[in-house]
Amino acid sequence: MQKYSVFSLVKNALSNHENWDLAWKDPTPKKEYDVVIIGGGGHGLATAYYLAKEHNITNVAIIEKGWIGGGNVGRNTTIIRSNYMHDDNALFSEFGMDLWRRMSQDLNYNVMFSPRGIINLAHSDAQMNTYARRGNSMRLNGIDAVLLNREEVREIIPMADFSENVRFPIFGGLMQPSAGTARHDAVAWGYARQADDMGVDIIQNCEVIGFDVSAGKINGVRTSRGDIKAKKIGLCVAGSTNILAEKLNMTLPIETHLLQACVSEPVKPVLDKVVTFGAGHFYISQSDKGEMVMGGDLDGYNSYAQRGNLPTLQHVLTEGIAMMPFLSKLKMLRTWGGIMDMSMDGSPIIDKTHIEGLYLNCGWCYGGFKATPASGWTFAHTIAQDRVHELNAGYSLNRFNTGHLLDEKGLGTKTWIS
Amino acid sequence: MLHIKCPHCGIRSQNEFSYGGDATIKRPELGKEISDQDWDNFVYNRKSLRGKHWELWQHLSGCRQWIKVQRDTATHEIFKTLKANEEIS
Repeated sequence: MQKYSVFSLVKNALSNHENWDLAWKDPTPKKEYDVVIIGGGGHGLATAYYLAKEHNITNVAIIEKGWIGGGNVGRNTTIIRSNYMHDDNALFSEFGMDLWRRMSQDLNYNVMFSPRGIINLAHSDAQMNTYARRGNSMRLNGIDAVLLNREEVREIIPMADFSENVRFPIFGGLMQPSAGTARHDAVAWGYARQADDMGVDIIQNCEVIGFDVSAGKINGVRTSRGDIKAKKIGLCVAGSTNILAEKLNMTLPIETHLLQACVSEPVKPVLDKVVTFGAGHFYISQSDKGEMVMGGDLDGYNSYAQRGNLPTLQHVLTEGIAMMPFLSKLKMLRTWGGIMDMSMDGSPIIDKTHIEGLYLNCGWCYGGFKATPASGWTFAHTIAQDRVHELNAGYSLNRFNTGHLLDEKGLGTKTWIS
Repeated sequence: MLHIKCPHCGIRSQNEFSYGGDATIKRPELGKEISDQDWDNFVYNRKSLRGKHWELWQHLSGCRQWIKVQRDTATHEIFKTLKANEEIS
């Protein structure tokens, strides 16, 4: 594989950039693989990469219904953070932060990781107390957390509304300075390029029609491009998990919901942090191109439509304008939607299943993008070793049955009601 | 914008309603022995169908009644609405 560097850039400039290698091949599916990963999104591509890199399993195929990176890894708001209170979430996410920090070097692909920091705003004394508690929990787990008072927040984001007569005054905030953003498409492409180079077949335009299960054991998968045998199959299809679960006669603790995001017209640099509104659900950052990248609540009803509805967008942007009034002057450039696996406690599932050789990676709710490397790493471990790693032991499928829920926000079974 | 026909009030905009999830889930009967699995299915497990889906909505900013709505989860088309005490046929 051609290494990307300033030297290869100069060399290829001399031939008008006409001789670059393809980043990944377009193979015809083989009859049989050791492992088949269903879903060519960030998590599926990362899983294949870590199967090859960490476990030396390279007879692997990724099968993808559309094109790689066309689902939620291409539709998110690119936020990366590990500001969780519960140990299972905190340790998993912080392990992922380490992978993010060296991802560009590991993948030889610039994912433009930008650890600019995230601030969760607080709008009451009670909220300051809960942030102090969460910040302390984070620090006990080795994650950086800084509790900011009103004046400290004002110094960092003076464009927020600090006037006296507002409905939700800013009392302060909790900052994780090492959190940030990354170029989402580059993450998918970087993992795909390296996985392909190590021998993984990336098979696009290949839809799963059914599964070959006998005597409680998975034997393969039936696809629109023929039957493929596999000893092990991993599902990485968040957003479509329930559709594939139905083909496996499984009913999961997941509902499929629609989440929208949007960007404004590009403006000059104004915001160098990720900021979340604490009196509702709204988050914002500024992209390198200058667009304000914004998102918030689910549309609120089961949906497989990858497009949104205006009432939710209006509600979310009203929160944004309450937090940063200058946003009302901006024109909207683009809005879009993606479909989420909303698990019943708000936390994901990375586990084995009752079918031997079938592994499940789903339930990512609002937080799939930041988890991409840690999810791929732990899912690869779970598939290769046929047992969960301690980092994803808390993300078990049977926790709903045993009562060991991981309800980070305490929202119980209705994660979409906030 | 969804337009939902409340069986009590007529066609109203989505803004007046709140969502209540799958309408086909039945609570296990009181006083009967039920397994952990039955309880699990009632509380957590959902089919979350792609296509026609019976679901509960409440006309929160209207008559405040709970209603049943059959809606396509891929196209958002609404086919039928029923009062809460009407059985899904």
